Amino acid sequence: MTTAILAALLLLTFLGFTLGKNRSIALAGGNWKKLHSLPSYYGAYVALWCGLPALIVFALWIALEPRVLETVILKDLPAGLAETGQAQLSLLFNDIRNIAVYGVGDRTVDPAILAAVDHYKSLKSVSFAALAAAVLALATAGLAWAGRRVAPSMRARNRVERTIMVLMICCSTLSVLTTVGIVLSLFFESLRFFHAVPFWDFLFGLDWSPQTAMRADQVGSSGAFGAVPLFAGTLLITVIAMAVAVPIGLLVAIYMSDYASRRGRALIKPVLEILAGIPTVVYGFFAALTMAPFIREVGEAIGLSVASESAFAAGLVMGIMIVPFVSSLSDDAMNAVPQSLRDGSAALGATKSETIRQVVIPAALPGIVGGVLLAVSRAIGETMIVVMAAGLSANLTANPLQAVTTVTVQIATLLVGDQEFDSPKTLAAFALGLVLFFVTLALNLVALHVVRKYRERYD
Amino acid sequence: MTETTTPAMPIPRPDLSPARLKRRYAAERRFRLYGILAVLIAVGMLGVLLATIIGRGYSAFYRTDIRLEVTLDPAVIDPAGTRDPDAIMQADYTKLLRDGLRTLFPDVTSRQDKRDLNALVSSGADTVLRKMVQGDPSLIGQTVTVLVPIGDDFDMLAKGFISRNLPESARRVSDQQIAWYDALQQQDRVEQGFNWNFFTAGDSREPELAGVAGSVVGTFLTMLVTLSLAFPLAVATAVYLEEFAPKNRWTDLIEVNINNLAAVPSIVFGLLGLAIFIGFFGLPRSAPLVGGIVLSLMTLPVIIIATRAALKAVPPSIREGAYGIGASSLQVVTHHVVPLAMPGILTGTIIGMARALGETAPLLMIGMVAFIVGVPHGVTDAATVLPVQIYLWADSPERGFVEKTSAAIMVLLVFLVLMNGIAVYLRRRFERRW
Repeated sequence: MTTAILAALLLLTFLGFTLGKNRSIALAGGNWKKLHSLPSYYGAYVALWCGLPALIVFALWIALEPRVLETVILKDLPAGLAETGQAQLSLLFNDIRNIAVYGVGDRTVDPAILAAVDHYKSLKSVSFAALAAAVLALATAGLAWAGRRVAPSMRARNRVERTIMVLMICCSTLSVLTTVGIVLSLFFESLRFFHAVPFWDFLFGLDWSPQTAMRADQVGSSGAFGAVPLFAGTLLITVIAMAVAVPIGLLVAIYMSDYASRRGRALIKPVLEILAGIPTVVYGFFAALTMAPFIREVGEAIGLSVASESAFAAGLVMGIMIVPFVSSLSDDAMNAVPQSLRDGSAALGATKSETIRQVVIPAALPGIVGGVLLAVSRAIGETMIVVMAAGLSANLTANPLQAVTTVTVQIATLLVGDQEFDSPKTLAAFALGLVLFFVTLALNLVALHVVRKYRERYD
Repeated sequence: MTETTTPAMPIPRPDLSPARLKRRYAAERRFRLYGILAVLIAVGMLGVLLATIIGRGYSAFYRTDIRLEVTLDPAVIDPAGTRDPDAIMQADYTKLLRDGLRTLFPDVTSRQDKRDLNALVSSGADTVLRKMVQGDPSLIGQTVTVLVPIGDDFDMLAKGFISRNLPESARRVSDQQIAWYDALQQQDRVEQGFNWNFFTAGDSREPELAGVAGSVVGTFLTMLVTLSLAFPLAVATAVYLEEFAPKNRWTDLIEVNINNLAAVPSIVFGLLGLAIFIGFFGLPRSAPLVGGIVLSLMTLPVIIIATRAALKAVPPSIREGAYGIGASSLQVVTHHVVPLAMPGILTGTIIGMARALGETAPLLMIGMVAFIVGVPHGVTDAATVLPVQIYLWADSPERGFVEKTSAAIMVLLVFLVLMNGIAVYLRRRFERRW
């Protein structure tokens, strides 16, 4: 439906382009030197006037239509239905929308809701007609107005270029908007969460059991939202992962840059690239189905009791996943150490390993630390491996053989499935997301700062 | 870090004894060995990972069927005799199949035994029969030979994943059922063939009927949205920042911001999608549209960084030459710099898309984990994507889903290898060194 409007708009824009171009050629009377700009710029000028305002209106309309419809529909509901809470109302509206799209099916529905569905459908079709009319009228008006302004003396190229420049600036602002969007959405949802659960209880509470009751009158309807076990679990898995990834990644980088032959390097590099490119869900499957049972069996063989979803299995596989990340960053850092330092060390009679350990690594240490910090932030934010291989039980333990849970696991489990949008359980996920965002942000900022500063030292 | 302790002397002299040299060389060899070990661990892990997945998943590409003679009883299919398509569609084909199976084992009478026997045929087998009758209603009343999928436990038995040596209580099929299965096999009624169904069917609760078609189409739609948003936005941003932006606080902020966004955990993007696009703008849940938007926000930094590197690699002489013949600054960029940087831009885009293709966590947040049987037709239909399908199947308890999960991973990896292969090819074929 809306695709048809877009197609018509595209057609009109194209029409505007040819119209502007042909008109400028006609006005020049065959002598292009009379024109300020090339004919295609006159075409582009008309096309921009035709397409751009209409497109903006179209986008705004599509974005705002559901909100407006929701308000109108809910306002017109009979009094009995309208007197429920905000959450019920938005669920009700969802229901109405679903019935309008997919039909009633074979359940029985309140006639008032059916009336609302009809109302919704008629509003929807009115809205669609209005949208089509508005967009096409705006496009035609733009086309006509710009088409009339085409004249040999008009500085079409400068106008078009200025518009394109503005568009590019808008595009580059989008990344800032994304960050702002992340912060605002996390912040406001978290604020609602902290109305229900005190901030300090969340940050320093030792008990995490978010299972709230389905009905309000049920016993134990408020869960416990102390996030310390989650932080501890995340930390434990991250430490295990880094204990695997840092030595292996560093040694691989050293071996690749200083020891491996050309052939060897050509073989190892793709392996690292593949390891880096494997989706995390695959690592998760591997951790849950192969690594965890393996570790459990090994543990039982030497007389340890290992949980079937041990932190160790998840951390180990996560470490393997991060190896290429660490190795490529530390490779960058060590490559930035000037050759003269190595040559000097060699001239003093140091062996290769002595040069690396006593000259290259100390000199590259800030860069390596920066890379490790980035890797830590990645390990903290990694979701799929822990969702699939670590458990859900919030144990406060430092034993890697037990099951722990992490911040990302809890975010995922709290939000998957159908919940009301404003129960503390759902909102807790946003509070956890806020913590996650700020921790990783701090790590990234420090790491990027260290890496950049260090790189400048030898440049 | 030297191994020897320096004797307390006013002027320390280096220890040049052969013994120390030997130790130093040994340390050198050890260090080298550590490096080799680290590489071997990395390579070995990759090997184990791939071997596990292929080893567990190859069997999903063939499927076990059984051949049955089924009497298409008009009294069951079309009691009214009108050949009404609706009646034909709604008829109880499962009963016909069960009757067909029971004629082979006439001595099965007790209710429990009958139920055990029925488990031999997949619960989705009736669709095979239904399609057959719908295609040719004149078959009604005749006895036809059909090849129907076997129940998933017996599929596992046929593939050797259920061991016959286990005690009866420890496996999912009883001795009696194995005896029936063996009898069918002796009558040459059991066949194994390529599992086309895996590539043409949507998701299902039954492992033997589940396929990846729905999630592959969902992935394709999601990637389409991602590409059509991320590519123009990223290229415009990169061109602006690299070629036009004045050096001031604002552009510095944008730059720091982009580097940071590249390292924000993906699940946070999922929260953003849930709160803004679904919660605020009211876009449909589970739709490729929202998934694509979220993934494009994630992919943007990757493409921007790659594009900027590619633009930086174009030498200034090109720009100066273009300025020299009177091009405007935008013409310099659009006519010369960007086309020359295109291979690098495309390579970066493909790598960003490959990363988006494997992304799961943000899509869980926006509800793409729903159980969806059908194949989506548009970007606003409920859909799932391949990585999420893998996650869902990995969570399913049935033994048959293990091989399906691994096979779906193989399909995903094939797509990734293809995309990265194209990126490598583009880089090799078109990259210019100035």
